Amino acid sequence: MLVSLNWLKNYVDLQGLTPETLADKITKTGIEVESIDYIAEKSTNVVVGYVESCEKHPNADKLNLCQVNVGEETLQIICGAPNVAAGQKVAVAKPGAVLPGNFKIKKAKLRGVESNGMICSLQELGIEEKYVPKDVAEGIFVFPNDVEAGDDALQLLNLDDAILELGLTPNRSDALSMLGVAYEVAAILDVDVKLPDTSVSMIEAKATDEVGLQVEDPQLNPYYAAFVVNDIKVGPSPLWMRNYLIAAGIRPINNVVDITNYVLLEYGQPLHAFDFNTFGSDQIVVRRAKQNETMTTLDDQTRELTTDHLVITNGQEPTALAGVMGGANAEVSDTTTTVLLEAAYFDPKAVRIASKDHGLRSESSARFEKGIDPNRVYAAGLRGCQLLATYANGTVLSEPAIFDQLDKSEKQVIITTNRINNRLGTDMSDEDIALTLKKLGFSFEQDGETFDVTIPTRRQDISQFEDMLEEVARIYGYDHLPYTLPQGAAQAGGLTKAQELKRFVKSYFEGAGLMEAITYSLTTTNRAHLLVSPEIKEQAVTPIRLAMPMSEEHSTLRLSILPEMLDSLAYNVARKQSNLGYYEVGTIFISEEEKVTKQPKEQLRAAAAITGEWLTHPWQQEKKVVDFFLLKGILEGLFERLHVHTTFEPAKIDGMHPGRTAIVKVDNKVIGFVGQVHPKLQKDFDLKDTFVFDIDLAYLIEQHENEPNFNKIPRYPTVTRDIALVVDETVSAGDIQQTIETNAGPLLKEIQVFDLYQGEHLETGKKSLAFHLLYLDPERTLTDEEVEASYQALLTAVKDAHKAELRS
Amino acid sequence: MKERLQALQQEALNKVEEATTLDELQTIRVSYLGKKGPITEVLRGMGKLSPEERPVIGELANKVREVIANQLDHKKADLEAQALEKKLETEKIDVTLPGRPVSVGGAHLLTSIVEEIEDLFIGMGFEVREGPEVETDYYNFEALNLPKDHPARDMQDSFYITEELLMRTHTSPVQARTMNEYKGNKPVKMICPGKVYRRDTDDATHSHQFTQVEGLYVDKDVRMSDLKGVLNQFAKQFFGEEREIRLRPSFFPFTEPSVEMDISCKVCHGKGCSVCKQTGWIEILGGGMVHPRVLEMAGYDPSVYSGFAFGMGPERIAMLKYGVDDIRHFYTNDVRFLKQYHKA
Repeated sequence: MLVSLNWLKNYVDLQGLTPETLADKITKTGIEVESIDYIAEKSTNVVVGYVESCEKHPNADKLNLCQVNVGEETLQIICGAPNVAAGQKVAVAKPGAVLPGNFKIKKAKLRGVESNGMICSLQELGIEEKYVPKDVAEGIFVFPNDVEAGDDALQLLNLDDAILELGLTPNRSDALSMLGVAYEVAAILDVDVKLPDTSVSMIEAKATDEVGLQVEDPQLNPYYAAFVVNDIKVGPSPLWMRNYLIAAGIRPINNVVDITNYVLLEYGQPLHAFDFNTFGSDQIVVRRAKQNETMTTLDDQTRELTTDHLVITNGQEPTALAGVMGGANAEVSDTTTTVLLEAAYFDPKAVRIASKDHGLRSESSARFEKGIDPNRVYAAGLRGCQLLATYANGTVLSEPAIFDQLDKSEKQVIITTNRINNRLGTDMSDEDIALTLKKLGFSFEQDGETFDVTIPTRRQDISQFEDMLEEVARIYGYDHLPYTLPQGAAQAGGLTKAQELKRFVKSYFEGAGLMEAITYSLTTTNRAHLLVSPEIKEQAVTPIRLAMPMSEEHSTLRLSILPEMLDSLAYNVARKQSNLGYYEVGTIFISEEEKVTKQPKEQLRAAAAITGEWLTHPWQQEKKVVDFFLLKGILEGLFERLHVHTTFEPAKIDGMHPGRTAIVKVDNKVIGFVGQVHPKLQKDFDLKDTFVFDIDLAYLIEQHENEPNFNKIPRYPTVTRDIALVVDETVSAGDIQQTIETNAGPLLKEIQVFDLYQGEHLETGKKSLAFHLLYLDPERTLTDEEVEASYQALLTAVKDAHKAELRS
Repeated sequence: MKERLQALQQEALNKVEEATTLDELQTIRVSYLGKKGPITEVLRGMGKLSPEERPVIGELANKVREVIANQLDHKKADLEAQALEKKLETEKIDVTLPGRPVSVGGAHLLTSIVEEIEDLFIGMGFEVREGPEVETDYYNFEALNLPKDHPARDMQDSFYITEELLMRTHTSPVQARTMNEYKGNKPVKMICPGKVYRRDTDDATHSHQFTQVEGLYVDKDVRMSDLKGVLNQFAKQFFGEEREIRLRPSFFPFTEPSVEMDISCKVCHGKGCSVCKQTGWIEILGGGMVHPRVLEMAGYDPSVYSGFAFGMGPERIAMLKYGVDDIRHFYTNDVRFLKQYHKA
């Protein structure tokens, strides 16, 4: 809402406050002033000039040589505007004047002829093109005749105004009118509101004899008043009205349209003027549109209607889409002589639906949608008639046609000083409360500390105690509320164990050299199918798709963090950042239904991706390209810290390298995977070798035993034995280790692979694997015999199970 | 014999003095103090001496041994020190060469901010609650006093999955869920951080996915001044002691009265500059007293319980605190961006 302070002064005494001070007070009290605009802040020296003569420039076809009387003197001015003519009163920037954009006017010679100033267009004076009336859009502005040469043109054009832009929250639709703003400012400054005079003389002839009114759906249209105004002469509206409309961001059209817009801005009550001669009948019927009925609105668009839409009709066809826009058939034109003026109350929801269905948001619909003041409808109609009589030569008929089933009653809210103080933490007296209510202009009955407050209907947003609490608090001033701390019983805040573990896991990854990434949860349908861990694939029937995505790019809920993470890698690689390691902890969305009906399962996952070189040290020629074991090592470290025993098994997963991927298992449950991205997919993302993992972090956190049992520190020495075995290259280290573990007996505490060899000293197709074996008996010193027995047992076992040979 | 011993001592000491290697010293040690050395020889010939002379010469011989041995040890220590010095000289490295890199990761700026906020409120006795990102219409809107025909519930503004399910548009449903869980009979003091989603086109100031941290305190006799006190404490701890706060009336469907909180501009301290658009203040968060309808729906009797709620956007806070100029930076994971904010 744009509020011209010059206009506002008509209703409320601003007490000489600067716009900045006033804006600050309004903001602090509840309506944010988003900006203060001075249309012509820096302009000076622009006066009214009377064009005494206007001739062609001797040396230029398109220029005119004008003699302009500016009061004390007559200036010779060259003007290029096509509409300049002798006898006009125009805005003249005299030499020395400054126009918006710090444009200085000086004496000049144009094609050899002296020019002493400039005749201005409204645009040149700082008015935005879109608000400039069409008749002067292509040239200079021409004043009406009643101004005097030498008058201050800036003042006449209201360019000395300051305009506040209010950012209204949805509850404060009462401030969508100058009167509403006046009430607000009056409450802040503790002054009275001067209401406009709406007295209008009406002739004896009755509107009800000229026009019939029938409302078929009182619920959608509980109030309708139709005034008839004869003898209309359409022409420009008065300069002051045009100025105010421009200041409020509305382009002046003609007096009839301008008057309806002016009243809309003044009262917050949309009016609509029909040309009664083209209305099509003498009968107004307000009804729901028929299914598939069509109408052409003022903007020459054909609108297809449904029964959700309310229309004003002439009994036959629609002449307006109620509350949104008039019909082209009864539009006011230059030839209009009789106006049918509508002042009505339309159901907010019906207007919202119509406005939305047709993509039409007008100044009218914006107000109806939020609910207008039921007690201002008729008054606004009268104000419209009065202005039509004064500025459009109108003759107003008495007894307008009225349909009225509107509830205009005022609500009562009871407040007590004690309850207000308890909720605000303040120490107000009964007098303070009474004073606040008076400032607000709310009437009330007081009984000690109890106030029975009558809420004026302009404040549709107030209906209960808490609403009044806010009114009192904001007029009292949020600044004046004390700072207190809650007085309730103290409680210990904190993180849950799971939350703490989540933080630990993140810092573990960071310590391991990974950078945290945050990617989008919404991805493409294609990507949602990529790199999904096998246990997730088993549960999730299909990725969940949004009903109305804005783009394919963010259309589907992720089943894996990895595809978007690869995208982040690609983004960086494209920017010459090629050594990267990310992790992310976040949720994926699993639906077990084909067609989603209930909330999906959200599972916390931890994912990582690395590419490029890792820990390079260039001047020492050390360069290590990332590999499988780097990520596996990070995972193993994590599992160890979380005290979770896991196994890794080779696996084939869509999008992953078939020979370099393992699933991770806890007991027999798959909890994720680790491996290299399939070279084809790497290529799709323009990535070099990239390794990833994706694991079920929720499960790991659940499994973690938080309080480990104390294991005694061994007092007896450990014994180590090494064993090197030659096996087929297809035999996995993990399998051998498994065999050793199951057959070595209880004294074997640790197995560690310390060598892998394949090459010239071995047969083709064979490899050698060497293990450290660590023995310990916590209760006593081991004997060689015991260790040897275990060693022989496991050796026999690996020979049997894996055809292993001791390496000689 | 006495002269002979003294001559031997002098001779040995001279040799020690002249020795330049540890090997030479060892040779001297063996030749003078060894079993076949001249001193031993002298001692062996003591039998020829008179009983009076014997202890005198014996003592002298031992003394000579001791002097030579001492001098040998000294010299050895000297030579070793010299050798070490020489060795160290050859081990010299160019300490100005770059060190071996350690791989250090770091948290995302948003995580750092969220955790800092969490920790501040934990210190004030709040717990941290989380909830689903795919929410029911009921918890996302209805339970928060946004009934079905409310304009804010337009399909155009949210990512719906079905008519009843959508990507949550704020973390407030976690508040409603927590109140429901507590069944209206014990205080709620919680914050809920998390991802939220809105149907916005991504640009410098909009992101279809962003982060929120919201807080809720419901108890008997919670006052609006408590909200002011708690937010003030938060602002001073998070942004700095010297920052002032200001509450302005605002509107949210789930609070009444509603507030927006500004903090004084850190550049101009309230005087007005380009950072704060000449107002001296920067908007940080919204909040208010929990709407009685919200309490009621969650099973809290609004005539007994009252509460406050607030919510803020870590992206916006990061943009203000660190001057980040484009919200998309938070989601491209550009390492040049991420690394700047890896905290100590």
